[in-house]
Amino acid sequence: MAAGLPLSIGHAIAGALAALILGTLAAVAWVAGGLSGLTEWDLRAVWFTLWQAALSATLSAALAVPVARALARRRFRGRGLLVTLLGAPFILPVIVAVLGLIAIFGRNGALNGALEALGLPAIGIYGWQGVILAHVFFNLPLSVRLILQGWQAIPAERFRLAASLDFAPRDIARHLERPMLRGVLPGVWLAVFLVCLTSFTVALALGGGPRATTVELAIYQAFRFDFDLGRAAALGMVQIAICIGAAALAARVAVPAGFGAGLDAVGGPPAPGGWRRLADAAVITAAAVFLLAPLISVAATGLPRLTGLPPEVWDAALRSIAMAVTSALLSSGAALALALTIARGGARWVEAAGMLPLIASPLVLGTGLFILLRGTVTPQQMALPVTALINAAMALPFALRALIPAARALEQDYGQLAASLDLRGWARLRLLVLPRLARPLGFGAGLAAALAMGDLGVITLFAGDRPTLPLMLYQLMNGYRMADAAACALLLMGLSLGLFWMFDRGGRRDA
Amino acid sequence: MKSVLIPALLLATPALAQDRVLTVYAGDSVTSEWGPGPAIEEGFEAICDCDLQFVTGDVLPRILMEGAGTQADIVFGLNTDMTARARASGLFAPHGQDTSDLSLPIAWEDDIFLPYNWGETAFVYDSTRLENPPASFAELLEAEDISIVIQDPRSSVSGLAMLLWVKSVYGDQAGEAWAKLAPKVLTVTRGWSESYGLFTDGEADMVLSYTTSPAYHIAAEEDDTKRAAIFPEGHYFMAELVAQVAGTDQPELAQAFMDWVLTPDFQATIPLANWSLPAKLPQADWPQVMRDLPRPDKTLFLSEDEAEALRAPALDEWQRAFR
Repeated sequence: MAAGLPLSIGHAIAGALAALILGTLAAVAWVAGGLSGLTEWDLRAVWFTLWQAALSATLSAALAVPVARALARRRFRGRGLLVTLLGAPFILPVIVAVLGLIAIFGRNGALNGALEALGLPAIGIYGWQGVILAHVFFNLPLSVRLILQGWQAIPAERFRLAASLDFAPRDIARHLERPMLRGVLPGVWLAVFLVCLTSFTVALALGGGPRATTVELAIYQAFRFDFDLGRAAALGMVQIAICIGAAALAARVAVPAGFGAGLDAVGGPPAPGGWRRLADAAVITAAAVFLLAPLISVAATGLPRLTGLPPEVWDAALRSIAMAVTSALLSSGAALALALTIARGGARWVEAAGMLPLIASPLVLGTGLFILLRGTVTPQQMALPVTALINAAMALPFALRALIPAARALEQDYGQLAASLDLRGWARLRLLVLPRLARPLGFGAGLAAALAMGDLGVITLFAGDRPTLPLMLYQLMNGYRMADAAACALLLMGLSLGLFWMFDRGGRRDA
Repeated sequence: MKSVLIPALLLATPALAQDRVLTVYAGDSVTSEWGPGPAIEEGFEAICDCDLQFVTGDVLPRILMEGAGTQADIVFGLNTDMTARARASGLFAPHGQDTSDLSLPIAWEDDIFLPYNWGETAFVYDSTRLENPPASFAELLEAEDISIVIQDPRSSVSGLAMLLWVKSVYGDQAGEAWAKLAPKVLTVTRGWSESYGLFTDGEADMVLSYTTSPAYHIAAEEDDTKRAAIFPEGHYFMAELVAQVAGTDQPELAQAFMDWVLTPDFQATIPLANWSLPAKLPQADWPQVMRDLPRPDKTLFLSEDEAEALRAPALDEWQRAFR
């Protein structure tokens, strides 16, 4: 019973999440008076959504392995900063990232400029390849971070043992790294797959046309142009069904590695020399260029007007920061309770509930909440609290993915010891859980803060008259003020990154 | 503490005494600091002895969901191609204005929805990048090496207007027209702003925008290289509309607002805040930059019923062209 308190909190949170996601969907279906049938185009959208998400997830996870390995076994000046910066694309507001990608890979971008100078044919970003490129750009950082944590979770003692047994890199891969990857990769793949499943703006900006229609866009169309809530709810259910299928698949493939406890000695995997050293350097450089060049271009475009931004933009920035910090605290607290419950062998549905927000359509969620809250509160009063709550829920799965392996390891390695010492309740949390889970917790909170920062008012139905920073960016663009919008994009990027860095750093104080 | 509170309360009194509140639902681009919203609020509050409060968001889906229980007194910023469903809801009351002498290129006979601005769809290009722009829609269809960005008709009002534009020009041949256009379409974006951003970044030669777009660049940036290609086949009319809610608890205020919309006081703020043309203002009173813009000879517009009937088949046609 040592776990009594957090366990019940975990179950309560899982229940509340499921109620939030499924309840809002039910509310939409209820108002619609049932579900409507899907059209031929909806089915095409489902098919496109599925294959692009699968391809994006596979590419992101596969490319992340060498990058994470290189980062895990090399030590160099500025490594910590690079690890943080490489995480940036994932937390960028989508519209900012798309602008950055186009500046590099677009028709008029730096890459095609270089190709032209070399007399080579131009590459086209618009089409399904652009959607995949953008998804890899967004999700490679997430994959690298999650896999890197897997590498760091292998105790240094195992590598020392491997060294004393004279293991070649190939043997280390076979006995340590592959089992770790077997445990980590399915979760990474699933997370990326689910992110790509609800992709909306990316597909619309880079997809090249209606061939690249995702389910989320079909939902938007059902809402905005047909006002067919029944079809929106039906499509929302299709999304959830796909998620559950994918989660079941990933759960079957994943095998926890179970390396046992270590003494937290510093030192990752051994760093082999020779060609591997060069290869690692090349991999890190390539990843850094791919992930950072678009950010640098956003910064360069936005910088000239940054100081000239009107005061309304700074007000919006303060509002967004307050909302993001609230979201981060809510999200990481809830994720911690869920992860501990799951690690102690909580029911399968708890983990599923924790992943649900990832595939919930923000549109269905927002509309459902609007229907449920109607008559009790005025939507404009609820704008910021609801946005903070929804963002906390939306970011929770990422925090959870980072926390679950660490919480499982904690439970396996220290659970019995803690029980034998009768360590429980707050003391257990303070002395054992928080110190051991500080890293993934800080990472999760950072993610939540940054995602909330970049959120475009999940729900326009709740929009208040005090816009958040991303909304301000759109308002500037809508007013033709593209130069101010570029400066606003830079501010948004800086704040997202800054918040992420603060939380993440807080969790890595010992790193 | 008290000494701080009392002056604060005194200061707040004028606003608190304002029990007459006019609630106006409006789109995000209206209420933005860079839209017409602030001027509207200031202008109307100066004459109404009331407090005008904007509620921002997706206007039509929201009011359709709220039904008769809505808090809105006025709905501001509906689009011409969306009026059929708004009207069918029965939530709106007649505007009571004389619309026989509006400065629109078409006759306006709607007694519920009142236009406050207008413009036409057009492809905007940069004359330094595209030296020989197509001189007609037909030339655009046949042009080689021209890239355009457009908006998705399923998520944007300008995208929908383009769908109806092509339908108005090509009728039964609209499908073939789209088939010729599709290879030139670099990409289709969710909204106007993403398209326009791609265009100003130099990604595409032309962007689906409005005949009035060049005015912004001339007036605010002293840049006269952005131009709208004027096609003899005609350009599709778009207006933004205002209507009063039938069940309003402020009928007098709502009517006063409707009466104010077409006055020069309101109309004069439209061109440079909204970058569109005023619905009722003699051309002599337009800002110079708007008077100087090239105007199409022909304006196309489908009636509400025609537009509603064509929407689904035209969308199908459009999707097939891109398949």
